[in-house]
This record gives sequence, C-alpha cells and structure tokens, in this order.
Amino acid sequence: MKLITAIIKPQKLDAVKEALVAQGITGMTVSEAKGFGRQLGLTEVYRGTQYKVDLIPKIRLEVLVSSKVADKAIEIIVNAARTGSIGDGKVWATAVDSVTRVRTGESGEEAI
Amino acid sequence: MAEVVLNTGDTAWVLASTALVLLMTPGLALFYGGMVRAKSVLNMMLMSMVTIGIVSVLWVIYGFKLAFGYEANSQWYGEISLSGLGSAVNELTNNGGVYPIPLLAFAAFQLMFAIITPALISGAIADRTKFTAWAVFVTIWVTLVYFPVAHWVFAFGNKVGDTVTGAGFLAARGVQDFAGGTAVHINAGAAGLAMAIILGRRVGWRRESMRPHSLPLVLIGAGLLWFGWFGFNAGSALGANGTAALALLNTQVATAAAALGWLLVEKLRDGHPTSLGVASGAVAGLVAITPACAFVAPWAAVVIGLIAGILCALAVGLKYLFNFDDSLDVVGVHLVGGLWGCLSLGFFGSSAVNSLGLDGIFYGGGATLLGKQAFGAFFVLAYSFIITLIIGFVIDKVIGFRVKEEAEISGIDYDQHAETGYELTNSSRGGFSS
Repeated sequence: MKLITAIIKPQKLDAVKEALVAQGITGMTVSEAKGFGRQLGLTEVYRGTQYKVDLIPKIRLEVLVSSKVADKAIEIIVNAARTGSIGDGKVWATAVDSVTRVRTGESGEEAI
Repeated sequence: MAEVVLNTGDTAWVLASTALVLLMTPGLALFYGGMVRAKSVLNMMLMSMVTIGIVSVLWVIYGFKLAFGYEANSQWYGEISLSGLGSAVNELTNNGGVYPIPLLAFAAFQLMFAIITPALISGAIADRTKFTAWAVFVTIWVTLVYFPVAHWVFAFGNKVGDTVTGAGFLAARGVQDFAGGTAVHINAGAAGLAMAIILGRRVGWRRESMRPHSLPLVLIGAGLLWFGWFGFNAGSALGANGTAALALLNTQVATAAAALGWLLVEKLRDGHPTSLGVASGAVAGLVAITPACAFVAPWAAVVIGLIAGILCALAVGLKYLFNFDDSLDVVGVHLVGGLWGCLSLGFFGSSAVNSLGLDGIFYGGGATLLGKQAFGAFFVLAYSFIITLIIGFVIDKVIGFRVKEEAEISGIDYDQHAETGYELTNSSRGGFSS
C-alpha cells in the first residue's frame, strides 16, 4: 500500500480530482497548504510598499492506493496538475504499513 | 431686522447630516480595521468605537460649551462650564448670525466632528496601543486640543445686531475652512505624527509583512466614509440650500478625481492600479475638498481632487525616509491632504461662487487669501503637534502607552480584549465556561 502526497496549484484541484475518479481511484484527503520550492515567491504592493510573499498557497492532496496502481495514480495526477509554468508542485509516494477502516474494522487492501 | 424662525427643511437636512457624519466613524473603523493584520482588527475598530462613547459623554458635560460657548468672549476657547447642553429645544443656532435650526441640532452635528477627529489619529498607532491609555488620551486630547481648535476655526461668534462676541481666533482672521480641513484633518494628521513618534515603531516593522488583512473591509469602510462625508461637507452649510448643493457636488467630483489620481500614480510607478489605492485616493480627495467644498467652482474641485490623489499617493512613502511607523498613513493622507486642501483655496477660492468667500490667486485676489490659509494651517499643525507630544509623553510615563512586546507579537486583540476577530478553524472551540 502506498500513500501518494501531491502538492499542486489550487486551481488544478478539480482537474486532478476528476481525472483520478475517472480512472477508478476514489477517496482522497485535501488540505490547504502554503510553501515554496524553486519558485521562491512573488511580490505584492500595498500603498507603494512592496511585500515579498514567499509562502504561496497550495493544495496538499493525499490518496491511499494499493501498490499496483500507485505508478498509474501518480501519472494521472502529474498530467492533470501540469500547467507547464513554474510552481506546478511535486508528487511523491511513501510506503504504508497498515490501513484500517474506522466503520467496519476492515484492514489492509480491503480498507482502501 | 426680521426675527428668524425655525425652518423645517434646513433642520431636516442638518439632522440627517448628523446621522451621516456619525456613520463615518464606524466606516473609519472598517477602513482602518481592514488595513491592519488579522490579529489586531478588533482593537483597531474598537479604538474608533470607544471614541464615540467618550466624546459623546464629554460633549454633553462640557465639550460643546468649551468649543462653541460665547460667555467667556474669548477667541481661544468657548466657555468653561459644566452646565451641560441644557434642554432649550426652542433656542436657535447663533454662529456668526442666527440660523433657522435648533441649537441642539447644531450641537449634535458638531459632536460628530469631535468624535471622528480623535478616531482618525488611531491609524498612526495601530497594533500596539494599550486600550486604557488610548481612552485616557482621547479624553485629554479632545479637551486640550480638539475643543479649543474647533472654537478657533468653527465658532463665528454670538452675533446680536452688528456686535459679534466670542468669535474664534482663526475664524475672526478670515481663515477659510468650510468643513474642517484645519480643525479635523490637519489637527488629526499632526497629532498622528506626534503619536507615531511617542509610541515608536511596531515590532518587526520593515522586516515582516504588514499587508492589509482584508481589502474588502477597507473598501466597505471607504464607501461608508464617502457616503457620510456628504453630511460632513454639505451639512456644514447648516441648511438645505445652494451652498449645501455646491458642497455636495464638489465633494463628489473631487473624490472621484482623487481616486483616479492615486490609481494613475500606481499604474505608472508600480505597474498595477490597486483596490487599496482607489480607497486611499478617495479618502485623500474627501480630505482635500473638505475646507474648500463651498468656496470653489466644480471644475476647481476636480483639479483639487486630482492633485490630492497624486500628492498623497506620493507622500505615503515618506514615512520610510523618516523612519517613523505611521502605520495607516494618517500623516500621508490627512495631514498632507488637509494642508493641500486649505492652501488650495488660496488659488481656487472664488467670491463669485460663494459671496462669503474670497478670491484666490486664479481669480485676481492676489496672495492675501493664500497667506491667511497658510497661517491657519500651520498654526493648527504646530499647536496640535506640540500639545499632542506633551500629552502622549505624560501618558506614556504615567501609565505606559504600549502593550507588552509578546502581546504585540501574538496579537493585541486577545491581549487587550480577550477576543479574536476570526474563527479560522472549527476544531478546538472548547465549551461554555461560567
């Protein structure tokens, strides 16, 4: 089992969600996040005073999948989230030891 | 001379204007509140709201008499009396002549000016002022600065026949200020500068981001100020007449032009016209046209407003040059805009527009009026700045003016009021605690 974590542009959330669901990958957790990578930041101007905004709003999307569909899921996310411009984000996967569904107590692959 | 009798139309307009001007102070609270960080929005707004409370009470006890009484026959103050406002519902207003409106309507209208002037100062000392110290400051400041200055500028004396007694110092010298360029805006701007110096810079100034936390609030506030300002300026005619109409129209066109002027500076200098810019420009225009609104032609109001917008947009950067943290630009907008508005009359004033006015340079009046305006403007500026420095210094020494540094960093709202402006998450709300 794998946990896929994707940091994407907020405006790409709907596209990524729809693409995953269309390929039968359901269930995800989304949180609002802030951060920077190579993009570093942008500048805002208020009454002529410049402020550097280095933590930019992003969406953090987490999806639990079985190991055999992990690569496919990553590919779907990357394709759907890409704009080609700087700040498109990152996707990574980590191994997951155990998963349990709260309602039924099922565990392992069945709980995904 | 025929006896003046109460006029219902005039009275209705002054009563309505009073309500309009009151609304400016909650409007200012929103305008300022949106400009500070989320952790100090409530404190910023409360500084305006508590001013409504304090000044209204003082006004009844002694404030109105100190500003507009004539018993002392002094050009420096009205009268020192704790007799209150009385209840003379049938008494008419006499301010350099009898107006057909109740004295109590005039007293209520002028109260709103006494409220918003100290509230304007709060923008210079955002995020860091101990609330009790602010309340004490407002009490002392209106007593020693606003009430006397209002007498100098707005009190035209008790006119009985041809005899005038107790006219204010600047009013008697012919300094023209229709609705409060000197008494309100230069006064508050100079006091704001003094207070920014007394309190010192915020923790993290010029290092951390102090961007406005809610520009929609700023725009709502600017809109309410603009709306209420029609009462401020056109209501100052103290009647429903042509002068009020001129003041209202000039207020509108000057404000519109100033908003465009500020946007123009931003577009050319920074690349983007901004929402904070349009709000700030509008307020700069309102400030500048205030002293001039009933003494200039509408075309001149457009020019005065446009110059105000450009001038103030450039002036707000000066605080970084002098290294004082006038947090919300009370100096850059109210002092600079107020000075320009007062001096502008020296150029654009026209006796053809208003027979009570004088001709400025562009109407063949020479520099006489400009000289009077400069004298009035700088006299009020100097008095307000010096007295405010002294008041601020004493309060700081006696009870302390700033909150603790940790409180300023974690947020003044919780420290001073045990409240926070926004519930940003719905977890950990806790339960009822008796």
